[in-house]
Amino acid sequence: MPDSNSPEARSKDGLDLSGLSARPQFGAASALTTIPGLLLATAVWSVAAIVSGLFLWIIADIVVQGLPSLSWTFLTESPRNAGREGGIAPIIVSTLLVLGVAIVAAVPLGVGTAVLLAEVTQTENWFARLVRRSLDVLAGVPSIVFGLFGNAFFCITLGLGFSILSGGLTLACMVLPILIRATEEGIRAVPREYRSGAAALGISRTMTLWRLVLPAAVPGIVVGLVLGIGRALAETAALIFTSGYVDRMPGSLFDSGRVLSVHIFDLSMNVAGGDQQAYGAALILILMLLVINIIVSYVGQRYLRHTASTS
Amino acid sequence: MFPSRRDFLLTWGLRGCGVLTASVVLMILGFLLRESLPTISRVGIDRFLGDATWHPSSGAEGGQFNLVPMIVATLLTTAGAVLVAAPVGIAAAIFSHYYAPRWLGVVFAKIIELLAGIPSVVYGLWGLTVLVPLIAQWQPPGPSLLAAVIVLSMMIVPTIGLFASAAFQSLPIEHLHAAAALGLSRPRFILSVALPASRSGLFTAIILGTGRAIGETMAVLMVAGNVVQTPDSLFQPVRTITANIALEMAYAMGDHRGALFVCGLLLMGMVIVLVAAADRLGRGGARA
Repeated sequence: MPDSNSPEARSKDGLDLSGLSARPQFGAASALTTIPGLLLATAVWSVAAIVSGLFLWIIADIVVQGLPSLSWTFLTESPRNAGREGGIAPIIVSTLLVLGVAIVAAVPLGVGTAVLLAEVTQTENWFARLVRRSLDVLAGVPSIVFGLFGNAFFCITLGLGFSILSGGLTLACMVLPILIRATEEGIRAVPREYRSGAAALGISRTMTLWRLVLPAAVPGIVVGLVLGIGRALAETAALIFTSGYVDRMPGSLFDSGRVLSVHIFDLSMNVAGGDQQAYGAALILILMLLVINIIVSYVGQRYLRHTASTS
Repeated sequence: MFPSRRDFLLTWGLRGCGVLTASVVLMILGFLLRESLPTISRVGIDRFLGDATWHPSSGAEGGQFNLVPMIVATLLTTAGAVLVAAPVGIAAAIFSHYYAPRWLGVVFAKIIELLAGIPSVVYGLWGLTVLVPLIAQWQPPGPSLLAAVIVLSMMIVPTIGLFASAAFQSLPIEHLHAAAALGLSRPRFILSVALPASRSGLFTAIILGTGRAIGETMAVLMVAGNVVQTPDSLFQPVRTITANIALEMAYAMGDHRGALFVCGLLLMGMVIVLVAAADRLGRGGARA
C-alpha cells in the first residue's frame, strides 16, 4: 500500500497535482528509504485505516441494527410499552419544537452580536474583547452544566418547569458561539466596496446593513444556523433536566417533551429490551444530521463560487 | 458617514445583543454559585474532600459528600482519552495533509468531520451494545474505566484531528517551498518543520479535545458502570463528575441538589482553566 504513495510513483502516474497547488513536493531521497521514515509512514497509514475502520463499524452497526425498526408506522405512531413498541412520532414533534424555540431565540441575538463584532466595533476595544472571551468560555462549557443552568434558571427561577420552552432556550444559549462565529465570518467576507460605495451614496449604516451587508452574508448565517441545529440535535445532557422525559405528544410549548437523543438514551439505559428501537431512533437521528451536513457543504460551496465570481 | 437617528438605534441595539450574549456566561456562573454556595457553607469544603463516602441524600448533617473518587475518575478517563487521542488525531491530520493522495485526503477529512458530528448518545449506544460486551468477554464486568477511555478517545480524535488539520493548513507556504528546494524527505519535513512550526496550534487542538473529554456526559454515563469508587484497575467501573450530575439530578433535593451544583462549578472551573491556557497558547503562537 505505501508503495503507491512514494514520490516516484506519484510523479509517474501523473495524478498528483502538487505542482499546481499548496501540496508539498518532497525530495527524491524520500519516505521509505530510512527506518524512521518507514515507521512514520506505517504509523500514519495504520492510524488512517483504524479511524476509517471504526467509522465504518459504527455506521454499519447503526444501519444494520436500525434498519429493521424503520417503517412508516415507526415515524407516525406513538411509543407503546415504554418505547419497546410503536413509533416515535411525538418524539420527532418534540425535537422539532425544541429546535424551533432554540432557533427563534438564538438567531436574532446571535446575528446581532455577530454584526456588532464584525461591523460596529471596527477596532478591538475592551467590549468586543469581553464578548469574544465570554463566547470562548461559552463554547467550552460542558453540556451537563448547561443542563444545570437551564434547570435552575428557566425551569425554576422563571417558572417554566420541565417544558419544551425551557429546553429550547437552554439550547439557544448553547448554540450561540457556533452561530456567532459562522455569521461573523460571513459578514467579514462581504466585500469592503459594498460599504464604501453605500457610504459614498450617503446611505445610512442601518440601511447599508439591512439592504446590502446582511443579504450578502446570508450564506454565512445559513451555515452557522445549520451547524447550530446539528449541535442542538445531537444534544442530550442539557435537555434531560430542562425539556424532560415525557413521551406523549406535546400540546403546547409549556408541555414537557422528549427529544430523539433523550429517547435513544432512555431506551438503551432504562428500558430492558429497548435496544432495537433505540437503534431505529439513532438511525433517524444520523440521517437528519447527514442531511444537515449536506446542506452545509452545498451552501458553503455555492457561497465560495459566488464570492469567487464577484471578486 | 453622518450618524443618523436610526444608526444610533442600531448601534445601541447591537450593543444590547452583545451585553446579553456576554451575560449568558456570567449567568451560568452566577446560578451555579447561587445554588451551590449555601451547601458549601453548610457542609464545608473539607468534607467534599474528606468524607468517608458519597451519600448526600440525608442532608448536610447526616450525609456523606466525598467527591474525590469521582474527581479521580474524571481525571483518569480524560487523561487516558487524551493520551490515546492526541497522537492518533495528529497522525490523522498528518495523513490527510502529507501522506494521502489528494482524493483520499479529501475523503478522509470528510470522514473525520462526520465522526465529529456523531451525537455522543450514539457513541454511547455503540459502546453499550458492542464495546462493553466485548470487554465483558475478556475481563468482566464490562462497563469500566477502559470502556470509558476507548469511547472518549473515539469522540475526541475527530476534535483533535480537525484542529490539528487547521494548524497544518495555516503553515506558511514558504516552508513547503523551502523544504522542496532543500530536497527534504517527507518524514524529515514533518518531524523538523511541520510539527515544530505548528506546535501552538497542535497544543490548542489537544486542549480543546481535553475540554470535550472532561465535559462529556452521556457516552461516559452509558459505558463506565457508574460505581462511585477509586479504581485500581482498568476493568473496574467508575463514575465521573458529569455522569454523577446526570444520574442524580432527577431526584436530588436540598443539599444533595446543592452538591450536584458544586460538581457543576468544579467542571466550570476546569473549563475556564483550559480556555485560559488555550488563549495564552494562541497568543504565544501569534507572537512567535
